[in-house]
Amino acid sequence: MIDARGLSCPMPVVMVQKAVQADAPATLEVLLDNPCSVENVTRFAANSGYSVETHPADNDEYRLVLTKQ
Amino acid sequence: MKKINVLVPVTGIVVGLAALVLVTLGNPGNMGFCIACFLRDISGSLGLHHAAKVQYIRPEIIGLVLGATLMALAGKEFKARAGSAPALRFILGGIVMVGALAFLGCPLRMVLRLGGGDGTALAGLAGFVCGILVGVACLRKGFSLGRAYKVKTADGFVLPGFMIALLVLLLAVPSVLLFSTEGPGASHAPWIVALIAGLAVGALAQKSRLCMAGGIRDAVMFKDFNLLSGFGAIFVVVLVGNLILGRFQPTLAVEPVAHHDYLWSFLGMAAAGWGSILLGGCPLRQLILAGEGNGDSAVTVLGMIVGAALAHNFGMAGNADAMTDGAFVAGGVALPGRVGVAVCLALLGLISYANLYKKEKNQ
Repeated sequence: MIDARGLSCPMPVVMVQKAVQADAPATLEVLLDNPCSVENVTRFAANSGYSVETHPADNDEYRLVLTKQ
Repeated sequence: MKKINVLVPVTGIVVGLAALVLVTLGNPGNMGFCIACFLRDISGSLGLHHAAKVQYIRPEIIGLVLGATLMALAGKEFKARAGSAPALRFILGGIVMVGALAFLGCPLRMVLRLGGGDGTALAGLAGFVCGILVGVACLRKGFSLGRAYKVKTADGFVLPGFMIALLVLLLAVPSVLLFSTEGPGASHAPWIVALIAGLAVGALAQKSRLCMAGGIRDAVMFKDFNLLSGFGAIFVVVLVGNLILGRFQPTLAVEPVAHHDYLWSFLGMAAAGWGSILLGGCPLRQLILAGEGNGDSAVTVLGMIVGAALAHNFGMAGNADAMTDGAFVAGGVALPGRVGVAVCLALLGLISYANLYKKEKNQ
């Protein structure tokens, strides 16, 4: 799981990119806390062959589940 | 072709159109918007520097911040956050400003200058791209300024509140401010038009996340051309608009508020590009983030205002070329500006190295 809460763009995308490039996981969970990062990670994931489920949580946080297509 | 959010090029189109209107109504040439120049003008109007030709409270800046605030509040995206290396961000804001003022424009004005046919801005573009590439290399090595945290809502309203105070001063008690009577600071569109243009662009930029540095960064790092489409839209609109209005001057001759010091234009914008990547966004993006409640970006903007004051008080800002009585008077970056840009590049190297992942693993 990647915890990118509190990190400004593009750091969340960089973290996801490193994880995807390292071992192309079948699923990957990402914790975020701002809509801009959600958009950027979602776009990167879609462009990298992952589907994305977004689960808004309490405290303006989001849990994204990336699944390899 | 990867997916592009249509709002990004739409924002670029509006920025380009607003820039054309503002120049038509009085702003300096190729300076419909310039975050660096306008923050510098505000700095001067508040008496932080005494360069008499660049003092004015630019309503465009007020509008950009407040437009972002209003859109963020409407979209429930206003979040008060801070705590990600604020002191370093203050310094980085100042560095970006010194670099941009050596070139005579922020990344946004660089695009506007190119769209006006100003070939001298190509040196700035080359430097900006190189600076971004260095910044991207730092990100790949693990550079980070650390996490921001939730803070009290009042913290998020610091920069919007500062902008409202500036507007009140401009409209109610202008006698306490300094205003240029000649030079770029004296050239401006009517305040209400400038404010509305800023509000419109600020609101759209908040929603679209438009960022000049981010566009090139994302294209290089992620093959993502979403933000770059806004960069391109601004250029095309301004280019076509200037052609229609007869303002396109495709030359390397005397251009409005520009100079021929290519090496220092290159290095100045390299510092601006590198610094913008470390900050997570260009000067425009910092204004928008500050409008959304980001206290770290508010500190960055304050760093830019102080950096602008230092740039002029120490003679580091570039001097524009001029035609005086038919004779060409060369501008450029004087020795203090060259030293300043060199120091800024050295500081960027130090800050980058000090914040690589290995140095932060105990956080």
